[in-house]
Amino acid sequence: MNAIAAVLQRDLRLAMRRKSEVLTAVFFFVVVASLFPLAIGPEADMLRKIAPGILWVGALLASLLSLGRLFAADYQDGTLEQMALSPTPMPLLVAAKVLAHWLLSGLPLALLSPVLALQFDLDSGTMWVLFTSLLLGTALLSFLGAVGAALTLGVRGGEVLLSLLILPLYIPALVFGSGAVEAQMVGMGYGAQMSILSAMLLLAAFFGPWACALALRIALE
Amino acid sequence: MENFKIRWFHWAAPQSFYPLAGRLWPFFGLIAAVMALAALYLGFFVAPTDFQQGEGYRIIFVHVPASWMSMVIYLAMAFWAFLGFTFNTRLSGMMTQALAPTGAMFTFLSLWTGALWGKPMWGAWWVWDARLTSELILFFLYMGYIALTSAIDDPRRADRAGGLLALVGAVNVPIIYFSVKWWNTLHQGASVSVTKGSSMAHTMLWAMLLMALAFWAYSIAMALYRVRSIILVRERHTQWVQEVAA
Amino acid sequence: MLSVADLSCIRGDRTLFRGVSFTLEAGQCLHLEGGNGVGKTSLLRIVAGLSPAAQGEVRWHGALLGSPDCQLPAQMLYLGHLLALKDELSAVENLIAGGAIAGSGPNQEQALDALKQLGLAGRTALPVRVLSQGQKRRVALARLLLQQHPLWVLDEPFVALDAAAHALIVRVLHGHLAQGGMVLLTSHQPVDMGTQGRSLRLDA
Repeated sequence: MNAIAAVLQRDLRLAMRRKSEVLTAVFFFVVVASLFPLAIGPEADMLRKIAPGILWVGALLASLLSLGRLFAADYQDGTLEQMALSPTPMPLLVAAKVLAHWLLSGLPLALLSPVLALQFDLDSGTMWVLFTSLLLGTALLSFLGAVGAALTLGVRGGEVLLSLLILPLYIPALVFGSGAVEAQMVGMGYGAQMSILSAMLLLAAFFGPWACALALRIALE
Repeated sequence: MENFKIRWFHWAAPQSFYPLAGRLWPFFGLIAAVMALAALYLGFFVAPTDFQQGEGYRIIFVHVPASWMSMVIYLAMAFWAFLGFTFNTRLSGMMTQALAPTGAMFTFLSLWTGALWGKPMWGAWWVWDARLTSELILFFLYMGYIALTSAIDDPRRADRAGGLLALVGAVNVPIIYFSVKWWNTLHQGASVSVTKGSSMAHTMLWAMLLMALAFWAYSIAMALYRVRSIILVRERHTQWVQEVAA
Repeated sequence: MLSVADLSCIRGDRTLFRGVSFTLEAGQCLHLEGGNGVGKTSLLRIVAGLSPAAQGEVRWHGALLGSPDCQLPAQMLYLGHLLALKDELSAVENLIAGGAIAGSGPNQEQALDALKQLGLAGRTALPVRVLSQGQKRRVALARLLLQQHPLWVLDEPFVALDAAAHALIVRVLHGHLAQGGMVLLTSHQPVDMGTQGRSLRLDA
């Protein structure tokens, strides 16, 4: 078994033995999405209009919850050090960790989004666009957020600082992701937004692990 | 070529740069003051009243140069961060940290003057114009950098982590601007335009350029002044600093 | 051959040590001694390539550490202060994952065998968090039996070990030296490595 598969398998196994962490993010998403109609009012027309934004921001915040812990445990018990010493290039190991994070937080959120979309009275076509845009968007957030998590590793007040660092960088994804859903809702094409989102994801997947590995080495010095 | 390289790296040592910065910053400060006065004179007394916007438009002589500087300084920070990673010099990190507060100040000034301008023009303190929104996001980027470097105790780690953040941010700034512009045109937000309807009179342009140069000189002066303090704090255990302090 | 020349280390504001030099040849063991906080762990981390040195250089077979032709990372086993074990995984799972990441990839049998040699038979499937400190240390040290890297860099390997385990590890170290390996370690307890052992004292 090679190093990348070992890292991926280890993270997934650990999460399965401590399921509460995965479920927390999911329930957070559900609660946040349910709060808005309660705060704003139940008129279907208005809810439909604000749904893309709310569901996207809700998924974003829920994903952000677990990012702080991405490297923290490994840093504290010494496994991060061992990953830095591995003959396998660190960006690849980082990519494996990011993939594990996405499988455990981003993917469940995207899968849950059509169910929550029911609360906002969205039609099935829109639900599909919401699902795919969140699939891409949460993956993008995992890659970007990993860089932030690495920069704030072991720093006081790191979790909130992480949000401050990552959210501005994430705004383009938010704009195009929710824009795609809105476009579908008004009957316009969402192809352009999806393409741009995919392009951003590819860029982040390519350069993110590299920047992240550099930040981790800085933290380990 | 060897000589050239050696000369540059001579100035990269904090001990040599400290007196150089000390000689330069008053010079830039003076330039800044003179140009600012000239720009203000041009802007407030010479430039004609705008056809559409009356006298209130004159705040653009501060707003536009401040926006320009906020972006230029962020690029300068990214540049110094890049130098720091390439050559592993301590001074690069110090320069990046010295530039940040001034950049944040100009971003805030741009937002504030934008609001002061917007209120009489459109009746609202804030409009979600593409440029203003991008400035707001740039302000968050500055705050993030300052927060990160303040939170890390070890100066070397703070410099390198901050530098990486500045580089990642700099790469993202065009993407952010593009996405905000797209968002704005789609939603037909208000557009804050300096030259709506009329072409800008020559004096207006000159006043803005002069103010921009004044801000630029001011930024250099402030960065050089601030980096001197940073050098003294970072190098306080070396002999030359203890002699300076004595 | 590991050679360290004129090494100095700065942590924050303090200079921990300066001008440290030594060489380590095949079949030799170097025991770093010194009081708490004098920089032993920092020195090991510099040799491992995790931290930068303020001054000086580390060379492995003549190649400078950090240069592309330096093979040290692939030929070194580093066991630091932290055990690098996941509490929720069993000892076997930890060894297999850790080994795969380090490039040595033991399979289930090899991992079980190593754990048995360290006296942990019967405890191999339990999550590591229920083991005692000494047992956890033994799981971490089981890696010594599972790979072939020439240089071992060990930070306080004997902490929490009982006399029998201590003697076992010393035997393992001797075995490694006999095969031409090298050991660089720190320990507050005396380590009897016989003629193959030297010690170097780091002073403030």
